[in-house]
Amino acid sequence: MSGTFVGMPAFPKAAHEAVGNQTLRANLRHATHTIRAKRAAAVAEVSDWAELREAGKRIKDHTLRHLDRYLVQLEESVTAAGGIVHWAADADEANRIVADLVKETGESEVVKVKSMATQEIGLNEALEAEGIRAYETDLAELIVQLGKDRPSHILVPAIHRNRGEIRDIFTREMSEWGRPAPEGLTDTPAELADAARLHLREKFLRARVGVSGANFMVAETGTLVVVESEGNGRMCLTLPETLISVVGIEKIVPTWRDLEVFLQTLPRSSTAERMNPYTSTWTGTTDGDGPRTFHLVLLDNGRTDTLADEVGRQALRCIRCSACLNVCPVYERAGGHAYGSVYPGPIGAILSPQLRGTGSEIDASLPYASSLCGACYEVCPVAIDIPEVLVHLRERVVQGGPVTREGNKVVLKPAKGHAAERAAMRAARWAFGRPGALRAGQRLASRTRRLHPRTLPGPGKAWSATRDLPPVPAEPFRDWWQRTTGGTTEGTAK
Amino acid sequence: MSSRERILGRVRRALADVPQDDPSYGEAVARDYLREHGARSPEETVELLAENLADYRAVVHRCGADELPSVLARLLAERKAATVLVPPGLDEAWLAETDTARVADRVESGAHELDRVDSVVTACAVAVAETGTIVLDGGPDQGRRRITLVPDHHICVVRVPGQVVSSVPQALERLDPARPLTWISGPSATSDIELDRVEGVHGPRTLEVILVG
Repeated sequence: MSGTFVGMPAFPKAAHEAVGNQTLRANLRHATHTIRAKRAAAVAEVSDWAELREAGKRIKDHTLRHLDRYLVQLEESVTAAGGIVHWAADADEANRIVADLVKETGESEVVKVKSMATQEIGLNEALEAEGIRAYETDLAELIVQLGKDRPSHILVPAIHRNRGEIRDIFTREMSEWGRPAPEGLTDTPAELADAARLHLREKFLRARVGVSGANFMVAETGTLVVVESEGNGRMCLTLPETLISVVGIEKIVPTWRDLEVFLQTLPRSSTAERMNPYTSTWTGTTDGDGPRTFHLVLLDNGRTDTLADEVGRQALRCIRCSACLNVCPVYERAGGHAYGSVYPGPIGAILSPQLRGTGSEIDASLPYASSLCGACYEVCPVAIDIPEVLVHLRERVVQGGPVTREGNKVVLKPAKGHAAERAAMRAARWAFGRPGALRAGQRLASRTRRLHPRTLPGPGKAWSATRDLPPVPAEPFRDWWQRTTGGTTEGTAK
Repeated sequence: MSSRERILGRVRRALADVPQDDPSYGEAVARDYLREHGARSPEETVELLAENLADYRAVVHRCGADELPSVLARLLAERKAATVLVPPGLDEAWLAETDTARVADRVESGAHELDRVDSVVTACAVAVAETGTIVLDGGPDQGRRRITLVPDHHICVVRVPGQVVSSVPQALERLDPARPLTWISGPSATSDIELDRVEGVHGPRTLEVILVG
């Protein structure tokens, strides 16, 4: 994945700093609570939500289990419709392909539709290094780009900014990039949106090259789908002469009909709307309407490694709605930056360590960035069992084991820093396998309970710093059970 | 080895656990969800469309086929539109009563020219009641995608009840994926400032829908 976040501290440290930021916490609380209630209402409107969710899950699972076949089919149908298909094994290759395609057109600037895949590979920075300027045109991406900031949410990358901060960024930075912000710009959202409209319009009208991602690719027909709100997507998809779409290989659905599921579940999960303002679909090129040249760059960049993990591969079902972020108590408090990836929140905590591996400090800590409350699983429109994958990845971090990296099977060593946890688990396994020892231990613990410290000493200190130690009962359960014959004869603890 | 071969090879190795007799697409995908939500008469479906369009800030008008030219003339006059863009196959009679100067869409007309046009009038391919959506498929009475994007005022004519379906599944059945499609639900909007919806960003800021029939 991108080098944008290299050197990020582990999640606990980054989160600790973030929760001290009062403005950030207020902004996030306000935004996530607004959308939570709206999403619930939008979902409650359709009586067959559970069935739509199950169908979405099954379509994606089936596609992933036969991904080779569907990739080849997609390539054929896109080519037949007049598109040109490229394959990129990693971020560097994808960036090189896009930069070369832009250079071939002779242009030195591109307009971009909001796209997670191009964020993931750090395309803007790679193009900049080649002398090509990429203009983000989604409002939130524009706020991030102008503010020289990092995205903190999948759908609304500038969710950490409130209206006042956005006004200040526009007033200060717009003139550097083109048309300045209007005089006397206030912080009303409508005025801010209008300032973005004016600022970007000249760029849309002169653009010769557009860069996008896609929400879905239909294998059967070769159709790509972009779901959006503002119309910046439509601008980038229809006005330029050349369109380059960079899309992860997991975005395929087999048939046109499959869209009937996701076009119902995605808008309601994402922006809590019955339908988003604009959805564009295109199949190759159309004479006289839209770009004359269409390139599709199919991106792996860790996806096949993720696919190789039978438990973890369900993360590839993700349709990037961000409902799991909006509902997550950890995300709400820590914010998106603490996750050290363009994919923050619960889905990021399972996606980033799989796409990038658990080699870095931040990636090894991400599976722990959760209280395992399960709210993310409940709202997920494709039923990704995020807690299950989190626990699976924790096990991998602590114990090590076989994984696939860049297509090769390797054996991961147990991570450092989990020695106390491993020792505790080994001790527990030993004791639970020996009933006599367990009984003796429990009795000893009960008798000495008044002497127990409130926090653990040594390596257990960090664990008990944020947790209360459970109180030990005066009598072990099994002793109580025996003494009262399973609770049938009344009795109190000795 | 090409990247294509490399990626396909990785995919195949990653899926070594998938058995040869894994369920086929038809067996694997259960479609227990509804084709439409609730039973409605055609008139009720049109009502729902009007309601949902309005809910997302489209301005909805209803009229009979004979009234359409005068309604269009009135809407363009109210907007004080000096020019109106017309797709090549739009019914001539629709604009018979307006004084607004017509601009034909030509393939060679650039985006800057479109930006100087005040309004655009089109028909549509299908409309979806449950979601308040109109779908354009680039047919002769709808024109190229850009003409309904760059001007700030879009008037879309929907023939009811013939062009109206209840649900998204029914709409997809009627549409041809080979054509470039634009699904429009209200004027352009954004939720990017504090996750609150604001209408009016890059697409037409005013969307008027005339339900004719």
